[in-house]
Amino acid sequence: MAICRWLYRVYDLYRDGFRHMTLGRTLWAIILIKLFIIFAILKVFFFPNYISTHADEGKESEFVATKILKQ
Amino acid sequence: MNDLLLTIDSSSIDWARAQFALTAIYHWLFVPLTLGLAVIMGIVETCWYRTRDTFWRDAAQFWQRLFGVNFAMGVATGIILEFEFGTNWSNYSWFVGDIFGAPLAIEGIVAFFMESTFVAVMYFGWKKVSPGFHLAATWLTGLGATISAWWILVANAWMQYPVGCAFNPDTMRNEMINFLDVALSPFAVDKFCHTVISAWIIGAIFTVAVSCWYLMKKREIRLAKESIKIGAIVGLIASLGAAMTGHKSAQSVAEVQPMKLAAMEALYNGGTDVGLTAVAWINPFSQPDYETEESAPLKIEVPYALSFMATNDIHGYVPGINDILNGYTRPDGTEEPAIEEKIIRGKMAIAALAAYRKAKKEGADEPTLASQLKILNENMPYFGYGYVKDKHDIVPFIPINFWAFRIMVGLGCLFILFFAAILFSVYKRDIAALPKWHYWTAIILVPLAYIASESGWLVAEFGRQPWTIQDMLPTWVGVSDIEGSSVALTFFLFLFLFTLMLCVEINILLKQIKKGPQS
Repeated sequence: MAICRWLYRVYDLYRDGFRHMTLGRTLWAIILIKLFIIFAILKVFFFPNYISTHADEGKESEFVATKILKQ
Repeated sequence: MNDLLLTIDSSSIDWARAQFALTAIYHWLFVPLTLGLAVIMGIVETCWYRTRDTFWRDAAQFWQRLFGVNFAMGVATGIILEFEFGTNWSNYSWFVGDIFGAPLAIEGIVAFFMESTFVAVMYFGWKKVSPGFHLAATWLTGLGATISAWWILVANAWMQYPVGCAFNPDTMRNEMINFLDVALSPFAVDKFCHTVISAWIIGAIFTVAVSCWYLMKKREIRLAKESIKIGAIVGLIASLGAAMTGHKSAQSVAEVQPMKLAAMEALYNGGTDVGLTAVAWINPFSQPDYETEESAPLKIEVPYALSFMATNDIHGYVPGINDILNGYTRPDGTEEPAIEEKIIRGKMAIAALAAYRKAKKEGADEPTLASQLKILNENMPYFGYGYVKDKHDIVPFIPINFWAFRIMVGLGCLFILFFAAILFSVYKRDIAALPKWHYWTAIILVPLAYIASESGWLVAEFGRQPWTIQDMLPTWVGVSDIEGSSVALTFFLFLFLFTLMLCVEINILLKQIKKGPQS
């Protein structure tokens, strides 16, 4: 029961806080736009993981070795 | 096996370095104000907690609002650096993976849970939680941000002074063998203290500058006066602290990165009783002829000061660039090998690694593998030198180190004077009735504080060139085999995005400052 009351208070803190935001609305909008650009555009289209896209799975160390130790 | 050097397009290295520098510099525009304002808003709210005067509550909410704007703008800007590791610096990323991964993962978890929890209580909890709990949440928000900075700086310090690790030739990775050695590396401790304390200076100058703007406009007089008092005390303590931790940092650099110290000082030839260069003429755009010149032209120095700064002894020995290139004897009698010898040993390490991996693939017997491993382990401290073609390649660009160091130290001294003068005005004169130029001075110091802070990072990062990991991996080996043009594209994309974000932040901050605490 005490846990339920505590959980409700936590929920109420966030719900009330988000409802009464003024400047916070603008800042959250900026944060969400920024996260979208970073994760949905930059990460997907411009920043692939070079090793996982060029090396076979489980052969990453071999791939790096051939890059570093050109024989 | 003779030619073990990589032939990677140099333009991709230059663009990858430029992009990383750009991202890190922009990221660092947001971080220090977060760390600095956290202290200011914590102190202001403590005043509210102790007095229950609503003025202090309003003042705390005002500074928390400005903190929130900066915090929101800075969120996730550091993640882009991690993307760059995976795309532009894949060899490096693999090479350090396990060691770098742990501090960054801890940072992510701490940042997410600690900051998001306490930030929510700080902004939403004024009427929901007790004043004591709210005050704790405010301080813990700042503490969370500071702990995040700790782990990032641990990762950075490891690159400058790799400890607590062992290279695994089978996985081609450095593996952590002692977490505490990495987390509590003396280099990391010095770096953390100096960096965080210098961030407090930015928070203090920002506070004083905003308050001076109010005094200039003859509004929010009490907020301005009280905030200036807090800002000046924090600023003076932080400025003096930055000088002391800077001294300790310089000693760490002298011990583990003597080339960086020599470049910072344009010290071509070292010795004992070495003076600290106050001014000298170093052309900002070209590498000086350190091989033939005895010392930098028009040099004015503080006698014995560099020896003291580096060794805590005015007669201490400090090696110069030529000493490091040609080898020297340390005061304890041990020999530091010449770079050419290190290059030979580095090549031996690389050859042994290649031979070990080849032998293992062919199913060679244990003694064969063990003999190659023995050669590798003996020469591993010089592994990176095996990729160096010419000994002069390990000399960083001296002008940027020399001037950035002087800008940082010069501005640091200016801040000490400024905060002392402000405190004098606060207690001996009416701070609200000073001539306008006093207030303008405080406002002008805001960009100068950022320049000082960024200059510190320029010294730290340019000074360790060409190494991504000190003595282990030069930049041209750590970089991915990618087209320079694709990195250039994302460089300009970031330049646009970050500049836009900075403009938005400045715009919102200025609007909030104009509105004042009653908005």
